[in-house]
Amino acid sequence: MEYQTLRTFADSWGLLALFLFFLGVVFWVFRPGSRKSHDEAARIPLDDDKEL
Amino acid sequence: MNENITLTGLGVAACVVLFLSGIAADAAFQSHMLVIFFVLALAFLVMLRRVDFAPAGTAVAKPAQGYLDGPIRYGAIATMGWAIVGLLAGVVAASQLAWPDLNIEPWFNFGRVRPLHTSAVVFAFGGNALIATSFYVVQRTCRARRWGGDLAWFVFWGYQLFIVMAASGYLLGITAGKEYAEPEWYVDLFLTVVWLCYLAVFLGTILNRKEPHIYVANWFYLAFIVTIAMLHVVNGLSMPVSFVGSKSYSAFAGVQDALTQWWYGHNAVGFFLTAGFLGMMYYFIPKQAGRPVYSYRLSIIHFWALIFLYIWAGPHHLHYTALPDWAQTLGMVFSIMLWMPSWGGMINGLMTLSGAWDKLRTDPILRMQVIAVAFYGMSTFEGPMMSLKAVNGLSHYTDWTIGQVHSGALGGVGMISFGAIYFLVPKLWNRERLYSLRLVNWHFWLATLGIVVYAAVMWVSGIMQGLMWREYSAEGFLVYSFVESTAAMYPYYVMRTFGGLLYLVGALIMAFNIYMTIKGRVREEDAMGAPAIATPAE
Repeated sequence: MEYQTLRTFADSWGLLALFLFFLGVVFWVFRPGSRKSHDEAARIPLDDDKEL
Repeated sequence: MNENITLTGLGVAACVVLFLSGIAADAAFQSHMLVIFFVLALAFLVMLRRVDFAPAGTAVAKPAQGYLDGPIRYGAIATMGWAIVGLLAGVVAASQLAWPDLNIEPWFNFGRVRPLHTSAVVFAFGGNALIATSFYVVQRTCRARRWGGDLAWFVFWGYQLFIVMAASGYLLGITAGKEYAEPEWYVDLFLTVVWLCYLAVFLGTILNRKEPHIYVANWFYLAFIVTIAMLHVVNGLSMPVSFVGSKSYSAFAGVQDALTQWWYGHNAVGFFLTAGFLGMMYYFIPKQAGRPVYSYRLSIIHFWALIFLYIWAGPHHLHYTALPDWAQTLGMVFSIMLWMPSWGGMINGLMTLSGAWDKLRTDPILRMQVIAVAFYGMSTFEGPMMSLKAVNGLSHYTDWTIGQVHSGALGGVGMISFGAIYFLVPKLWNRERLYSLRLVNWHFWLATLGIVVYAAVMWVSGIMQGLMWREYSAEGFLVYSFVESTAAMYPYYVMRTFGGLLYLVGALIMAFNIYMTIKGRVREEDAMGAPAIATPAE
């Protein structure tokens, strides 16, 4: 594959795909009703002292 | 059965290495293989003495219960030991800069001690801290026993062997000549095997998890393991001159080689020294403070921002070089954008203490972790600023860079690791508490003072050095020769050595404290934060 082909792909579709992925992450994090699951996830390290 | 495999493996490896030493193409390879042979032979003898010769069938295999913490205990001790080796090498290298007579040729000249120092602190101290804590954290937050059984032991011992091979190679003068990637091709190949086993153990544990959610610390650890594998393999692509020789040449040439190297080099900072230690922060600060992380949402967003941005920042190491200008600008812009995810992590770490700031008064371990986050924030502010071309024109190749790296490494990475080890040791050995919290406080102040001295001195000397190099006279001649700028550094080099020495003394105090804790001793002392003189009851 040519260098030019790769870099053109990288700074067009590649860039767009990564940016959309990131926006998707932000939306997912702020989706309605996510607060409860995040609060639960944040408590994971605090509830781990019991043995297996 | 495992003992048989280990013994056979060690024995065969020792024989192969001895054979390679015999047919070596160059003297350095011959010596290196001999060193490795003695290490393997010693390991073989130690293992042989541990073999249980009871008749088959009488020994009852004990089923493993609970979390598997054996390699973590060894890892905690190895972290402490390598910290002292690496810091000592740093003090030696700093002294050699101040007093060149200390360059003992050929094994201990500055050119060989310096990579010994960087590799010992980054890969031996930092790497062991990351491997040990990641095995601890992933089991607890997944509520699952570590996957892979004894594979973790191979990861631990294999990694120690890698460190010994790398370090002994440097002192023998074997180097690939790439910063932070100095080990030669055969050491690189061995590390690749060990690292893929590490990935398998970590990922296997995550896949076996009983907790549905993968806690954010594991995301950071996983990003660190995966990215380091990719960086190490690509930057290590090279062709050995001989398959029984110590020299190889990179698969890349010229500016491509330089860019590959700094793509590797800067992401070693980004994914080894940042992502990995942020994983540590996201587990151990909530544990020590007894509070959940400030914003779990922020942790997810800053994770993905960090992952997507860091990988592009490498070209800022090549400002004003043969690298195309657009690539330099790209590296600079991405470095500036890194302010956001870096500070996302810092804010999240610091704000975890909101409502619990009073604990700083009585808990020196928490104090250590908080100052780690603060230094992380400061150095990741300074770094992007130094990546601006205009600033870089002054700062590059000077001591300013060294100062910034050390405020991040001694301050951020070192302190968060010390905090994690202080937290882990009483838990791993079932001790009520550390031997002495007051000694932790001594360690905290010695280390902090050491970093402040180090960083402040390097600012002054670095900026002075940069200004001297580019001082032109009215006639257009350089005002100072290079050696004049070197001579002007002398007092700063002495002060820097002193700062590093303070930090080393702090680590020695820690080693004593850890040793006494493991022995089960508890020092009788006043609680932290209590008034110095107890007032009698009225």
